[in-house]
Amino acid sequence: MSNIIDVENLSLEFLSGEQRVYALDNVSFSVARGETLSLVGESGCGKSVTAMAMMGLLPKASARITSGRIRMAGTELVGLPERQLQQIRGNRIGMVFQDPMTSLNPVHTIGMQIAEAVRRHKPVSRTEAMQRARQMLDLVRIPDAGNRLTAYPHELSGGQRQRVMIAMALACDPELLIADEPTTALDVTVQAQILELIADLKAELGMSVLLITHDLGVVAATADRMMVMYAGRIVEEGAVERIFARPSHGYTAALLRSLPGHGTGRRGRLTEIAGTVPRLDRQLASCLFAPRCGFAEAACSASLPPSRQVEAGHRSACIREAAVFDAMRDNDIVKGWTS
Amino acid sequence: MSLADTAHPAPTPLSRALHHARLNPATVICCALLLGFVLIAIFAPLLAGDPIKIDPAQRLKPPSDTAIWGRDHLGRDVYARAVYGTRVSMLVGFSVAILVTILGVSIGIYAGLSQIGGAVVMRLTDAMMAIPAVLLAIAFASLMNAGLLTVIIAITIPEVPRMVRLVRSVVLGVRQQLHVTAAISIGTSGLPLVWRHILPNTLGPVLVQATYACASAIIASAVLSFLGVGLSPEVPSWGGMMADARQQFRIHPVLMLYPGLLLSLLVLAVNILGDRLSDALDPRKSRRSTL
Amino acid sequence: MFAYLAGRVLSAIPILLLVAIFIFSLVNLTPGDPALLIAGDNATPAQVEQIRERLHLNEPLPTRFAIWAGNALQLDLGTSIYSGQPVTRLIAQRIEPTFVLAAVTIIITVLLAVPLGVIAAWKANSWIDRAIMGFAVLGFSVPVFVIGYLLAYVFSVNLKWFPVQGYSPLADGPLDTLRSVLLPAVALAMVFAALIARVTRAAMLEVLTENHIRTARAKGLPTLRILIVHALKNAGVPVVTVIGIGIATLVGGVVVTESVFNIPGIGRLTVDAITRRDYPIVQGVILFFAAVLIVINILVDMSYALLDPRVRG
Repeated sequence: MSNIIDVENLSLEFLSGEQRVYALDNVSFSVARGETLSLVGESGCGKSVTAMAMMGLLPKASARITSGRIRMAGTELVGLPERQLQQIRGNRIGMVFQDPMTSLNPVHTIGMQIAEAVRRHKPVSRTEAMQRARQMLDLVRIPDAGNRLTAYPHELSGGQRQRVMIAMALACDPELLIADEPTTALDVTVQAQILELIADLKAELGMSVLLITHDLGVVAATADRMMVMYAGRIVEEGAVERIFARPSHGYTAALLRSLPGHGTGRRGRLTEIAGTVPRLDRQLASCLFAPRCGFAEAACSASLPPSRQVEAGHRSACIREAAVFDAMRDNDIVKGWTS
Repeated sequence: MSLADTAHPAPTPLSRALHHARLNPATVICCALLLGFVLIAIFAPLLAGDPIKIDPAQRLKPPSDTAIWGRDHLGRDVYARAVYGTRVSMLVGFSVAILVTILGVSIGIYAGLSQIGGAVVMRLTDAMMAIPAVLLAIAFASLMNAGLLTVIIAITIPEVPRMVRLVRSVVLGVRQQLHVTAAISIGTSGLPLVWRHILPNTLGPVLVQATYACASAIIASAVLSFLGVGLSPEVPSWGGMMADARQQFRIHPVLMLYPGLLLSLLVLAVNILGDRLSDALDPRKSRRSTL
Repeated sequence: MFAYLAGRVLSAIPILLLVAIFIFSLVNLTPGDPALLIAGDNATPAQVEQIRERLHLNEPLPTRFAIWAGNALQLDLGTSIYSGQPVTRLIAQRIEPTFVLAAVTIIITVLLAVPLGVIAAWKANSWIDRAIMGFAVLGFSVPVFVIGYLLAYVFSVNLKWFPVQGYSPLADGPLDTLRSVLLPAVALAMVFAALIARVTRAAMLEVLTENHIRTARAKGLPTLRILIVHALKNAGVPVVTVIGIGIATLVGGVVVTESVFNIPGIGRLTVDAITRRDYPIVQGVILFFAAVLIVINILVDMSYALLDPRVRG
């Protein structure tokens, strides 16, 4: 079982005038063939940046990869010339974005937008490309696909537009689908449909999925493995069941507790995580969550916590992981996963 | 006084201005240029001799001690005419800009606040903008007696509709916001509230538009005098000088060059300042493209 | 679609009417008696009175307007005071040079300005962008007749590639026509292109920040395709709008350029007529120009439907 994509020690900075933002710090992970890996964290933790960096979509003027590698089936993506990156995007990696209402070009038909992706990467005729576009619309369960090919994005609902985005991303049969918050902007009922669609397509087409989200419920329902990110670093990673059953980082615990209805606080009160996300303008050799962490001790802020194996396939960068698990044993969610 | 204070003394207005100047050399040059033109216009008598005196014996003489740029086809001192020509351009430019602002803002605010009045004004501006501005200006100018005031009025009138539309759209925008705040605030008399909110919002766009109107007016006045409309022919103006130089164009192209160059420099300076103002007042400054 | 078109034409009528009233009032409130001008210095009062009767000059103003407007609808714009020729015929005779000049100017402008604007937006803040925008500011600052004379001096007087002035009718060969029109067209195009390049750049910059461009990149599309097929089409509406508005200013420039290069077009006709107080021509030509501009604006509106499907919906 080889990996589709390997990210090793990826560090990335944003430069704006004199200001530097250390957006990613030593991010490493792999997506295995046929698995759904979820990248979880609050807004601004670097999950979207990671995805955009993998695709090479960050503006070259301001974003700089300072170290690390991104390897896809032997090809090194960091430093790859734009022309070759273009051959990989939409072809071997497909991407779906968060806002379906603005992510489609309003002046072209959806058929054209799907077909052009196909024609870009495969040597097919216009007719064949349109046929493929129609196939894809059927695949994503858009009714009356034949007629919809000539429809414009503004004639479709949000949920339908997201389906079209998925169709576009999968049109060339990519090995990896990156879905960046695919359901955040949609109604709750539509959310479930889209997630189900992605899962079904994964089963049918056999691609891997990198699912980026801030919603733990989505992770629990759809992912095989998950990575928790905070302030540009991966703080915990492992199989979804293991992390829910045995949360091993102060941040993971805080996330679980903050889910409505499951906190240890009184019913009806939302448990928030006190404090704010750190400004990433300095590189710190300490745990970045420590200032907000209920389990923190002096040692947490003194040095960079190493990533340790908690159990097989489950790692955490928290020196207090034992205490964390102890405290979380009685949490409703955790109990639900340990039974 | 702590250590921090000594390390970084508070920036004085002078040092801030110098810093800004270092970052924007173009703006500084244009301001200097504009100032130069203003000074030339004001101190013209001190800088040059008589621009009107005709001396047929000296016609088309090359540059000499008495006429450093030579003489035109009527023996007049080209340099003197160019210097005095600055007055016409500057006067027209600034007067038109001020008049257009006053008329445009008042009519525009009215059009923005009044439902019916606004619709009527819009139709009128549509109609006026359907007539080519130069033709309208020429028509006005030839209807009235020759003179500077005529030229100023003739050029102002076609420029007003644009300002009116600009101000009206700003007013409409502010009204939309005010509906919300007015709903919340207790209904004090609408008018003073409106003045306090509307005028500050119009200041920026109006200033930029007035600058462009000034540049437009300078060109328009040159066109008018080039075509021989509006000013009597002996009044020194750059457009008029170029028209005079037409006959000798092949043999003495410099007579065309001097006024043309001065005209271009002045308009360029004003336009660049307009651009800088526009950039400075634009709230959305750095929007990065994803390419 | 037809309903929209009909609506626009209908709303154009009151504007045209306003223009007619405006220009008629303007011209006819001039001091000076056209009957005297026509009759000449040696005419008897009776002859002058005869002319006044013929020209309906004794009627009240609204009646005169109604007569004029009524005739105008039947394409009779009156007769020139100086030449005695029907205004309509004068316009028809001189429309070809003006039209050819305008057409060549617009073609040069669009071919030059739109690509430059796209490039400037793509390479925003680079030296290419600054250079292009620098030329643009120069273009609309240097008055068109200054550029005209400059070009004439270099290319006509010195290099002798083009005639210094005059116009060669299409009937005598299109190539000669192009030669006679090229320099003035380039002079006009410099100014017009400067404006269009700026607007294209601004519109493109807006579009390039929109999310669907990010999607286009994520599909692996080549940059050129993204710029033109995806971005430019979205920027089309503001650009076409400014082209439409710019044509009104172009007319003004044409008037001046015809003087500089001695092209016997409508611009020259109008300027001469205004300075000679030949008011039927002035009324007629301005009405004609206004009608043309209104038609162009309607065409611009219709083009929105072609460019942006949301408008059609």
